[in-house]
Amino acid sequence: MKNVFDMQGKSKKTFKKSHLISLFLIFLYIVPSLAASEEESEGDTGFIMHHVQDAHQWHFASIGHTELTIWLPVILYSPERGFSMFSSKNFYNEEHEKVSYNGFRLDEHDHVVAEEAGVTVYDFSVTKNVASLFFSMALLFLVFLTIANRYKKHPNSPPKGIQSLFEPVIVFIRDEIAIPNIGKHKYQRYMPYLLTLFFFIWFNNILGLFPGAANLSGNIAVTFVLAVLTFLFTNFSGNKEYWKHIFATPGIPKAILPILVPVEFLGLFTKPFSLMIRLFVSITAGHIVILSLIALTFIFKSYLVGIGTTLFVVFIGIIELLVATIQAYIFTLFSSMYIGAAVAEHHHEHEEDQVDKSLI
Amino acid sequence: MELLSPSLGLIFWQLVGFLILLFVLSKFAWKPILHALREREATIEDALATAEKTKKEMAELKAENEKLLAEARKERDRILKDATAAANHIREEAKAQTAKDTARMIEDARVTIETEKQAALAEVKQQVAALSVQVAEKILRAQLGSEQAQKEYVSKLIKDLNVN
Repeated sequence: MKNVFDMQGKSKKTFKKSHLISLFLIFLYIVPSLAASEEESEGDTGFIMHHVQDAHQWHFASIGHTELTIWLPVILYSPERGFSMFSSKNFYNEEHEKVSYNGFRLDEHDHVVAEEAGVTVYDFSVTKNVASLFFSMALLFLVFLTIANRYKKHPNSPPKGIQSLFEPVIVFIRDEIAIPNIGKHKYQRYMPYLLTLFFFIWFNNILGLFPGAANLSGNIAVTFVLAVLTFLFTNFSGNKEYWKHIFATPGIPKAILPILVPVEFLGLFTKPFSLMIRLFVSITAGHIVILSLIALTFIFKSYLVGIGTTLFVVFIGIIELLVATIQAYIFTLFSSMYIGAAVAEHHHEHEEDQVDKSLI
Repeated sequence: MELLSPSLGLIFWQLVGFLILLFVLSKFAWKPILHALREREATIEDALATAEKTKKEMAELKAENEKLLAEARKERDRILKDATAAANHIREEAKAQTAKDTARMIEDARVTIETEKQAALAEVKQQVAALSVQVAEKILRAQLGSEQAQKEYVSKLIKDLNVN
């Protein structure tokens, strides 16, 4: 009985805490809207693309003439000039104008280019997105190593605290995503990848919703890497059946094979391609919608519109929380479906089919 | 278009970062977590199975107890019946024995009485005979006391003999 009361007390506390967090989030959304209505707007919607894209510095906010910016390291490699590393602050002067530094400068798209012609530059800078990636990695390590530690220390006790938040998600990924799609015998090999994938996407989707945060999971380079990894996991675990279905689809007339095989082969690449595009589009679109709604205030310069859009932004923000989770789920689900198709044992089904036919 | 062109640097960092995440989390987070979950599920399943088994065993035990009880009851009834029968038998036997004994005793008594009676009769007969002889002697003494009487008697006897 005592435990029950304790739990009730705790849930009350967390309830209040979650209220505080949501109030804080609403406040964070309101501030830029109100601030925007006071500002002299120039280039009303230009900030949208700026927010959605990567940058060499992490710009949080402008308060009057003070800029809240973290200058991130620029790391460059060019075959002609070797490695160079310096702060991105060097690309701007006192008046916040772009200047060249060390023979490099930022072009109109904020790409680093060399002053001299004929010098190729490979940019490995820790950009805003890379910094965000590091932050999310640290967060993932912190959360899941803490949880793992608790599992090690109290193996048979019920989950507690942050552990009870993530345990159902882990069990869901195992029981509802991995096992039904990959099968009971082979799912274990892919669980670490699927879990890492899900939580990486989920955490970064949610982190991306914070005002001033980077749009990491809505960046096509990130979704590209994740899709490529799923592609590799799928095709390196593909069994004989899988390849036979692609290059010599059984039960199909020989004459159709020349059409079908290229389609199947193309399918190998369209699957991860769709993964890449889906995640990139849904997250980036969500950000653009929110920022566009905020931009309405810039355009109309009215308190009334400010209040209206703020309410709507809060509403979309809640939907974005949902989208963040759903997209992580979908990416993981499709990845496990592709892997499942690659490792599935079709053999027995066909044998049964043949037996059935012979009986008829 | 800027949005659609992946940048080399981010691809590099994302790949490195994700692979580190995958490696470290697999080894130090997912493995122990999944292991612990499996263990726990196995433990719970085990406990449930044990509970189920215990329940079944309890039911079996109860059934067995009931059976034993019924058997005991039956046994008791049988013993009671046997005992009653034995008691009855003993009683009957005792009764028969008593009857027999009584009959024998009566018979004995009868025989004794008969013997005593015979003995008494014999005694009486003897007494009577002795008395008769004494009386006869006395009578004879009285009748044949004189010479004359004796002669008379002898002559009478001779007369009787002559007749024959």
